[in-house]
Amino acid sequence: MTTEPRLEQLREKAWQDGVVPGRGVDVVGGPIPRKPGYYGQAVVKPPVWTWEIPLYFFFGGMAGMSAVIASGAVLSHHVDLARVAMWIAVIGGAFISPVLLILDLGRPHLFLNMLRVFKHRSAMSMGAWILTAFGACAVPGLIALELHTHQILPGALDQLLRVAAGIFIVAAAIFGTLLATYTGVLIGASAIPAWFLHRTLLPIHFGTAGLGSAAALLELIGHRIAPLHAIGFFAATVETGLLIWLSIDKHGAADRAIHEHGSGWLVRIGEILNGPVALGLRSFGFIPFAAISFLIGSLVSRIGWIAVGKVSGADPESVFAAEQYVLNHEND
Amino acid sequence: MIGEGTLSTNQRKHSYVQERVEVGFFTDPSVCIGCKACEVACKEWNQVPDDGFTWSGNSYDNTGHLGASTWRHVMFLEQDRQKGNQVSGPMSLGDEDPFRWVFLSDVCKHCEEAGCLEACPTGSIVRTEVGSVLVQNDVCNGCGYCVVSCPFGVIDRRPQPLPDAGGAFKCTFCYDRQKSGLVPACAKVCPTESIVFGRLDDLRARGAERVQQLQQSGYRDAQLYDPTETSVRGIHAFFLILGEPEAYGLPPKPQVPTIYLKSAWTAAFATAIASIIATLAAFAFFS
Ligand code: SF4
Ligand code: SF4
Repeated sequence: MTTEPRLEQLREKAWQDGVVPGRGVDVVGGPIPRKPGYYGQAVVKPPVWTWEIPLYFFFGGMAGMSAVIASGAVLSHHVDLARVAMWIAVIGGAFISPVLLILDLGRPHLFLNMLRVFKHRSAMSMGAWILTAFGACAVPGLIALELHTHQILPGALDQLLRVAAGIFIVAAAIFGTLLATYTGVLIGASAIPAWFLHRTLLPIHFGTAGLGSAAALLELIGHRIAPLHAIGFFAATVETGLLIWLSIDKHGAADRAIHEHGSGWLVRIGEILNGPVALGLRSFGFIPFAAISFLIGSLVSRIGWIAVGKVSGADPESVFAAEQYVLNHEND
Repeated sequence: MIGEGTLSTNQRKHSYVQERVEVGFFTDPSVCIGCKACEVACKEWNQVPDDGFTWSGNSYDNTGHLGASTWRHVMFLEQDRQKGNQVSGPMSLGDEDPFRWVFLSDVCKHCEEAGCLEACPTGSIVRTEVGSVLVQNDVCNGCGYCVVSCPFGVIDRRPQPLPDAGGAFKCTFCYDRQKSGLVPACAKVCPTESIVFGRLDDLRARGAERVQQLQQSGYRDAQLYDPTETSVRGIHAFFLILGEPEAYGLPPKPQVPTIYLKSAWTAAFATAIASIIATLAAFAFFS
């Protein structure tokens, strides 16, 4: 609201300095610096997604990769670990994730419309199908595994259960890796400059963060075994590499939302927590702390990447700069 | 075609939908008077709710930008440039202080390769017989993916508490009117025919001719805005603009986001495989 006293202030400031900082009407010859584009308005629309989406990325990634750990555990006869990992996969991937995804919809009661069509050129459509397939494999996989461990059915049937559990868990693992990584494609193949410029990094980051979070949660639950430690080590190393990549692969105004603003801080803090901090703590044997650091880092960086989308989408100069970049590198 | 009266493509009945002819809008700011009749006609015909009455301070544009409840948006540009051979008025300091006002009615571009249509996971967004891009309100579940997939920032999800909230909305190209042989409401009502509706091929020829005409009469920065050379492959609602597209908030080289899918999925598959190998290796070598 511009009020009369404010107008007086503006006039005075303009008279003294010729320039007035802050908000105000931007006109030719006026004292307030002209904004880029059309009155500084956004050229593309920032995402409308709210808190559900970063949480979904977090739980979906963890659940999906938990199924991968479960299949590793099944194959190497760590049955207890496999059971816990499958519980995480089912709770995270077949309950929490769909609920979050549905909550985020503008019209939750129409969520089933997602399964009307199969569009391989839409990452959202692929994601809906991947989530469905994951649930359809993880739930029977867990049931078969539990029935088998408790030896509820007689001999021959139990053997059948064992085979079924194995098949379902491996299938869940395959869909699980896609569940953890497709989210990077989802935001990477969009019109938001800071997202599409990092479309290769995003799936690697989301997938690795999912794998590391699954291992970290299992360790915190009490499975302090060498394979999980090795997985945690691997994930933290990759994340450290991604942090370095992100710091080198800068595109100036086009992706400044990652390097400036609160959104940049969130991404940076997240990456530091699940990269170097987790790696350092793990090297010195502070495994629970490394696990906690990795989990927090994964969550914060997911929140950060959505925040980056909001900032980047609202910034017209980012869009112009990113388009120029794409154009220059098309002919490479 | 100004002065063609009822013979103008903006006024006569047509059967483009039945004949499956590609149609388009050609919007020409050089004759726009900024009356916003198109905005009003659009709101009335399509029963688009109001989205607030606020003063923006951006010239006489209090509409803001295209969105779920704004399907036509008249832009008001104030630039310190000469408009054609226009003589400077008594309020300016002559050649030293050039000034021009440009009005342009913005709208969904109805892209040849439409980001929103490709992205929609419910199949709510479809291509019509006349080549326009249509959102089917009863199918959309409001996932919001089209919003970040439109390179022009056109489509948006309608917030609560507006009617039909939660769904994604944008210009329908008055598909309902077109099916009955009527012209889209904005074009029908435009008093200067700044918005022209008609066959796309005719309009493209007409646009090129108009650019030439303007250039000859001193509007040296007149050009068509129709990104045919990028992955969007052209738009069905194209514009004549004076000066560079950035000033209109139009992306100079828009790309349809599907071109990024290949590299993103490659990274995703590589990560998927690497995760499986790393996990299996961890269990094989460390237990
Ligand atoms: S301008 Fe945006 S909303 Fe309109 S058809 Fe193109 S991608 Fe879709
Ligand atoms: S919000 Fe509606 S129209 Fe847009 S992509 Fe989602 S389902 Fe399709």
